[in-house]
Amino acid sequence: MELSLHTENLTKRYNGEQPAVEDVSLQLRTGEFLTILGPSGGGKTTTLRLLAGFERPSSGLIQIGEAIVADDSHFTPPEKRRVGMVFQDYALFPHLNVAENIAFGLSGHSKDSRMQVQRMLSLVGLTLFADRMPHELSGGQQQRVALARALAPNPDILLLDEPFSNLDTGLRAQVRSDVRNILLETETSAVFVTHDQNEALSLSDEIAVIFEGKLLQVATPHIIYNRPINSQVAHFIGEANFLPGEAQGLTATSPIGRVKLFHPKRGPVQLMIRPEALHVNFAEEGLAASVLWREFYGHYQRLGLALEDGTELIARTGVDRFFQRGDRTWVSLALPALAFDANGESEP
Amino acid sequence: MQVSQIIPPQLRPQRGHQSAISRMHLGNRQLAQAVSLAVVAIVMTPIAFVIIRAFGAGQEGIDYLLKARNLQIVANSLALMLATTILASAIGIPFAWLTSRSDLPWRRVWLVLGLLAMVVPSYLTAVTFTEAFGPKGMLQALLEPLGVERLPNIKGFFGATLTLTVVTFPYILLPVRAALLHSDRSLEEAGQSLGLDRWQVFRRVTLPQLRPALTAGMLMTALYCLSDFGAVAVMRFNAFTRAIFVQTESYRMDKASVLALVLIGLTLMLLLVHSHMQHRGRHYRIGTGAARELQRVSLGVWRFPALLFCFCVVFVSVAVPLLVLLSWLIGRSISNPVNVPISELLQNTVAVSAVAALVVTMAAMPLALLAMRKDSRVNRWLVNLAYTGNVLPGIVIALALVFFASQNLLSLYQTLPLLIVGYAIRYLPFSISATQSALEQINPRYEEAARSLGLSAGEALIRITVPLARGGILAGSALVFLNVMKELPTTLILRPIGFRTFATRIWSAYDEAFLSSIALPGFALIVVSAVALAIILRREDTAH
Repeated sequence: MELSLHTENLTKRYNGEQPAVEDVSLQLRTGEFLTILGPSGGGKTTTLRLLAGFERPSSGLIQIGEAIVADDSHFTPPEKRRVGMVFQDYALFPHLNVAENIAFGLSGHSKDSRMQVQRMLSLVGLTLFADRMPHELSGGQQQRVALARALAPNPDILLLDEPFSNLDTGLRAQVRSDVRNILLETETSAVFVTHDQNEALSLSDEIAVIFEGKLLQVATPHIIYNRPINSQVAHFIGEANFLPGEAQGLTATSPIGRVKLFHPKRGPVQLMIRPEALHVNFAEEGLAASVLWREFYGHYQRLGLALEDGTELIARTGVDRFFQRGDRTWVSLALPALAFDANGESEP
Repeated sequence: MQVSQIIPPQLRPQRGHQSAISRMHLGNRQLAQAVSLAVVAIVMTPIAFVIIRAFGAGQEGIDYLLKARNLQIVANSLALMLATTILASAIGIPFAWLTSRSDLPWRRVWLVLGLLAMVVPSYLTAVTFTEAFGPKGMLQALLEPLGVERLPNIKGFFGATLTLTVVTFPYILLPVRAALLHSDRSLEEAGQSLGLDRWQVFRRVTLPQLRPALTAGMLMTALYCLSDFGAVAVMRFNAFTRAIFVQTESYRMDKASVLALVLIGLTLMLLLVHSHMQHRGRHYRIGTGAARELQRVSLGVWRFPALLFCFCVVFVSVAVPLLVLLSWLIGRSISNPVNVPISELLQNTVAVSAVAALVVTMAAMPLALLAMRKDSRVNRWLVNLAYTGNVLPGIVIALALVFFASQNLLSLYQTLPLLIVGYAIRYLPFSISATQSALEQINPRYEEAARSLGLSAGEALIRITVPLARGGILAGSALVFLNVMKELPTTLILRPIGFRTFATRIWSAYDEAFLSSIALPGFALIVVSAVALAIILRREDTAH
């Protein structure tokens, strides 16, 4: 499989402090969408800026397409990297109009570049706005101009730094799928930084989870969600119940009885059980539980449950059944659980 | 006008250096450093020469310094500085409060008229004051029916203090007004809710917040007093600058150097005291602007004394000089034997000021870029050294250049290029400061976006940064232009023989007592300066 981006042991240290980014090795296959996900101040943006060439790595290697753009002996400046960048605050040039912004990275005023601007304008649906100045546009429109400007010179990869964080919640979902469709249409390989796990899970082909400058796990959203590699990732991604248990190979005992495990473990473990893995019913299947609270979201509902021994659980169910505070229900586990050992690791 | 353009950056509240890291790789650093190094070398060489010369005087120099007459000079300068700073604050603070936080009628008009006081050069104010308030002056003519036979002589300490107070109170007014406009209104509301009345709120909440702005303004005023030549020369008050001028005129270079060295020492001491005070008051820094509209205090009947106060200040500082000039213009009776056409003066003044502004702006660019980065000790030192001109009185710089040229580069002595260098050393900091703050206001992401779209660092600077910073850079140039046009001692000492500007013409007409010849160049100077000031003020309006 062809790689658009490849990094090896990428490290960035500022004057002898704790490294902001440490030993990050990533791969991005051509045409795919990689998300760097992590809490604020965790080194995500620094990683992106290293890829763009705005920061010089302390050690490690960066390869974009065929070219090595940074290693111990060599550093390619940002303008020679064929990398497009969409900034968090868009950074549209305030003294240039929309068309001029998009044309900025294209050479000269040739017919080709004019046509490319037109293509980009229609790609992002802003053909009628070519002569507007950036401050006359809404946030979502500015976002699309920033995207068009970055895509116009046909970069090898596109980097996006928290591109949706400045948009209203209502607008965000729409812009997000627009961006996704544009990137699919142009077959662009992209790296995207966010601290919003919903964004990461819904958009990416792969997610790289970074904590305190270290890469914890790189995998598909499905695996990141269902099989986080350690309890740090598990706690960061999605909602889950964590229960103490005692593992014996592929099963474990726990407050909700004997459960199946994904991976064999032995000894004391922490079990991660996603709220939707719990099956809540009135049919007396599983353990008895009473409903403590309920939150209704239209397409699903969240339930707070208490088992008879006092263990509290959060469950997420469909809306075909109606639960009320105080209802007596039964819970059972529909899927195998993931167990974290004393080191917080989930893999065998 | 923005505070940033009046107060040198080392006195301004520090900004967060969030851009310091992100700009590390941008721009061609080596080139900027090399040019900066050359500029700083030009700035420092003559001054180093004066210092070496002064120390070279050895025991003789110390003996000279300890003469009673020279100790008197030190005392004179200090007294003038203290009295002026106190008086300028006493006028500047209420003026700032009235024009920013009260419902005083015609606030904007009073503010602009108050700022006009900065346009009138100190020597012109002084000359017109001697005419207006001196013996046989206009005030006396007005008072004669009341039986006042003779007014005391205005020349000396009183006249110098009055002149400098009138010229410098805008240096207090501007930063204090900006701080009042930007101070955190919610703090005052908190004070009120804790039971303080309006005066207590001002004293215990507002005033402490003003402290950094006030001390910065007071420092500017004090530095101005130490370095001003025009007022003390006209008022014949024996302060440092006048003494240095007298020694330089008669080519007693050792003595002039010794005096200059003491003056430099005094200036440095002031800066040290200020940086100590600033350090202590760090947590009172002015925050970013308050989001809400500041509530104006209703003056009630106090409006009338407030209006009278503003009127008096503006009348003395702006109207009196203009009225005196007008009276000379109308009644120009004695004809001056040396007849210089006004067009020649205008041409010389504008040309030399424009060239100086251009040179200074170009020289400031690489230094402003380095100042913005602050990423190495070398850069910080280069920038700090470039600011030397800011704290050196014009007379010392002029003296230094005369020494240096007369001993090492005789071909440059009394030529226009040397005059331009003199202006450049003195006003380089204005331009660095304005350029730096213009550059700092630009989102560093713009430059990065340009880089990721294939522009080199230099191209990004030319296509993105400079166009965006143009307004601020232009305002900096206008400020340099304004100051060069008014500059007297540098021009007097360094000009080529026969080269006349508005400033030198006013000076020589005063010196030869052809007061009526002052009128036309005086008016012209004020008009051209007001235009430059309007450009700077308009920049402020568009920036907000």
